[in-house]
Amino acid sequence: MYDRSAKLAAKGVVIEYWLQRSRSLFTAVKGVDLEVRPGELLAIVGPSGCGKTTFLNAVDGLLPIAGGSLTLDGREIRKPGRDRAMVFQQPGLLPWRTVLGNVIFGVEAQGTMSKSEAIARAKQQIELVGLKGFEDAYPLELSGGMQQRVNLARALLTDPEMLLLDEPFAALDAQTREMMQLELLKIWSQTRKTALFITHDIKEAIYLADRVIVFTRRPGRVKNVVDINLSRPRDLRIKRDPQFLTYEDEIWESIQEELAMPAERLIAGIPAA
Amino acid sequence: MSIKEADRVLPVTTRESDPTRERRSVLRPSRIRMYEPLVIGTLSVFFALTVWQLVANARVYSVLFLPGPWDVAQAFVQLFQSDDIWLDIATSGEELAIGYGMAIVIGLTLGLLMGWYTRFQFGLDPFVNFFYSTPRIVFIPLFILWFGIELQPKIAVIFLGALFPIIINTMAGVRNTEAALLRVARSFGASDALTFRRVVLPGSVPFILTGFRLGIGHALTGLVVAEYIAAKHGVGQIIAIASQTFQTPKALAGVVLIAGTGMLLTTVLHRIENRFQSWRPQIR
Repeated sequence: MYDRSAKLAAKGVVIEYWLQRSRSLFTAVKGVDLEVRPGELLAIVGPSGCGKTTFLNAVDGLLPIAGGSLTLDGREIRKPGRDRAMVFQQPGLLPWRTVLGNVIFGVEAQGTMSKSEAIARAKQQIELVGLKGFEDAYPLELSGGMQQRVNLARALLTDPEMLLLDEPFAALDAQTREMMQLELLKIWSQTRKTALFITHDIKEAIYLADRVIVFTRRPGRVKNVVDINLSRPRDLRIKRDPQFLTYEDEIWESIQEELAMPAERLIAGIPAA
Repeated sequence: MSIKEADRVLPVTTRESDPTRERRSVLRPSRIRMYEPLVIGTLSVFFALTVWQLVANARVYSVLFLPGPWDVAQAFVQLFQSDDIWLDIATSGEELAIGYGMAIVIGLTLGLLMGWYTRFQFGLDPFVNFFYSTPRIVFIPLFILWFGIELQPKIAVIFLGALFPIIINTMAGVRNTEAALLRVARSFGASDALTFRRVVLPGSVPFILTGFRLGIGHALTGLVVAEYIAAKHGVGQIIAIASQTFQTPKALAGVVLIAGTGMLLTTVLHRIENRFQSWRPQIR
């Protein structure tokens, strides 16, 4: 039953939703089995539209699961909770609030902290993500990378048991993305929070994660698990390490098999998310 | 300023080595540019008034048909020398304040409720659509029947005029809340009340203020038309009597008074709007 060594345990998770336009039930994820160990950074990669973001939304409690079980520390996940915090693909910042105001929004919504405490801690968090001096700036005055730092700081301030990251760097340009990966690892190594990272970028997954899980094409399921035995701390040069390239080949092959399926099966139903 | 001009302001100076030459920053427009809208606007108005005066001076048509701006200005001064003018302004002002004030309070409340609770919207939509697509002035005879020719029928018309633009815009504001922001709030476990106060309401402000601004136009239309039909005092009544007794300059002076009120209120709302939008980077 419940594996004590696992932080997050997914067993046979099925996620379906109703598509109003085609009036049919859409199966995004079918039978996901995986575990995230305490203090581990696990990355999920998979072909686009494989249901990896959908799965993450279920872990956050934003989507109900239709089958199987999803537990965090042995407790069933039913709705969003304080033990999880999401870093979204789109920053989702309140444009009328400053950086500081946005960073405290998470704890404000949870109602767990007094305002003065929230502000004091938010300032530390802002420094940690490298935005010192921008506390009073508005989101529209920030670059995409800086907005994602705010997004990250907002999640970190709630001090969750588990950090959920939904392709947070996907919309950034290549150089900014690499810098953000480096920064994320730096921040993560200070807190060692259990983290689940969704991405379609194979290099990013290998560079960040302790283990990489490859999803099949839709309906998504775990295809294989790759242990990443690269020493930490990792700097960006590791991406040219022979061992790194071996992992990349392995995962690339695995995804390639999924993409090589008959075209009509891929076109059949491209999901919205 | 057009985009092309903005490009030209970019510091592409070839004399960078010359320290005496001041380099202009793109972000800080020169003083002339800052006052450009005001200067051009004023000049344009003066031009129009001059043309109007010249045409009127030609006297192809009599003063009755086409008074010049100078005639209107004189009538305006005379208007303020009459004894009744302050009573007229006070009467219209009271009607406007009560009618428009009620429209703001009730329209805002209903709009927020209809935007936030779908079922509430389903229930009220038929009424909103009915009243919004009907010219509210058709109710004036009914209101006179119900309320007489004192202030109440005018207040009712003003209220109905301003109410629906406010409801519809407020509702649209709530409905237009970005789905991504709602998802963030939900993900962090925000209560409905907090989501409403901290996410939905601030996001709706520009829509709400647009509703208020449209409401002013409708309210003033209601005011004039209602007073036109039956009233003892009021600026609309001045216009009505003046035009029926062929005092065209005086009628136009009344129009100027109404239009001035509208412009003043709109400017005030614009100021408020800008205050709420201070987070928006200013790009011209």
